[in-house]
Amino acid sequence: MKRAAHDRGGWPTEEPIDRTEHELEDWELRMDAIENVLEQHGVLKTDEMRRGIESMPLVAYEAASYYERWLFTVETILEEKGVLARGEVDARMQA
Amino acid sequence: MTFTLGEDVRVADRPHDGHHRTPGYLKGKRGRIVRAHDTFRNPETRAYGEDGLPGLRLYLVEFESGELWPSRAKARDRVHADLFEHWLVRAS
Amino acid sequence: MSDHGHSHEDAHDPIGRDDEPLAAARVRALEVLLVEKGILTHDEIRARIDWLVSRTPAHGARLVARAWVDPSFNERALDDARLAALELDLDPGESPHVVALENTDEVHHVVVCTLCSCYPKSLLGPPPDWYKSLSYRSRAVSDPRAVLREFGLELDDDVEVRVVDSTADIRYIVIPRRPVGTEAMSEDSLAALVTRDSMIGVAEALSPASELTRA
Repeated sequence: MKRAAHDRGGWPTEEPIDRTEHELEDWELRMDAIENVLEQHGVLKTDEMRRGIESMPLVAYEAASYYERWLFTVETILEEKGVLARGEVDARMQA
Repeated sequence: MTFTLGEDVRVADRPHDGHHRTPGYLKGKRGRIVRAHDTFRNPETRAYGEDGLPGLRLYLVEFESGELWPSRAKARDRVHADLFEHWLVRAS
Repeated sequence: MSDHGHSHEDAHDPIGRDDEPLAAARVRALEVLLVEKGILTHDEIRARIDWLVSRTPAHGARLVARAWVDPSFNERALDDARLAALELDLDPGESPHVVALENTDEVHHVVVCTLCSCYPKSLLGPPPDWYKSLSYRSRAVSDPRAVLREFGLELDDDVEVRVVDSTADIRYIVIPRRPVGTEAMSEDSLAALVTRDSMIGVAEALSPASELTRA
């Protein structure tokens, strides 16, 4: 049975564990906070967030860092719910 | 379905499009109930904006690593995972 | 580079700097938009960040140290770690269920979340990168002894390595074995032996001798 990108238990790999750690960057803390505050307000649920991450194609999923995945899913789910308009974040970045 | 402690179960091996929390490496595998957790809202429907009710019972299921990974596991080793009742059937 | 320990940028900082990933600018734009739309406030974001950076493994270590010295607390922790944490005025986090897994001479627990990266961050702080890595999520279940070996832990064949995959909303914390030679130690000193990695299960707690020689 083909595995979804996020379903990693036993995924064939011999890759050693990279134990390098990094302190969370400001943007990562911010992303964590945005997601949690949105949940606190009932704007989105953890399950929706996970579902959004799971919709990432394999290559994108593997290339993204942890909080890049959170960013992807929060934008996806907020767009789905009509909270954000398509392209709205892009537009705000140009401003 | 309600299961009792120590009961032998098998994880369903059905394809499931969409969000679910049963890992692929456990599908179709045989295990044993080691803990009965509370009832939780169903993540499979919550993930699509529904309220996840009615809730489903969650079980901690024990698997023998030797059955999951025959070529490399040590005899005593185990994997435990939290699985929802509707993914489990009584093993014969 | 980033000084998240101090007050955070407000909405009027420029969005988009050269020395950072694209995601950083995007996150700031997202926050600005959500504030403009009245969905959340900067204060709420700041409060949540403050909470997140306040979480450290010292919290979990206090739970473990108390479990070591007080057998009836240990029983209560094994029954319901969330309530046990609250007894010590520890914040167990949003998850309504926290389960403590006791290591013994016969059983050694290792926690992983193969599907995402669920972790008891209220009691341990944010998870290390390796816990969230694809290789840990894959190999912790399929070859835990090789993973433990990479962390410098070798267990006898007659010890059961029990990998717990936190697939649902239960958060798991390991109570490592109490090291030998610690009988006379105070609870605070015991807590100092309990590392984050020992509460995930990829290490044992520190022995008192190694603690003394640690810089």
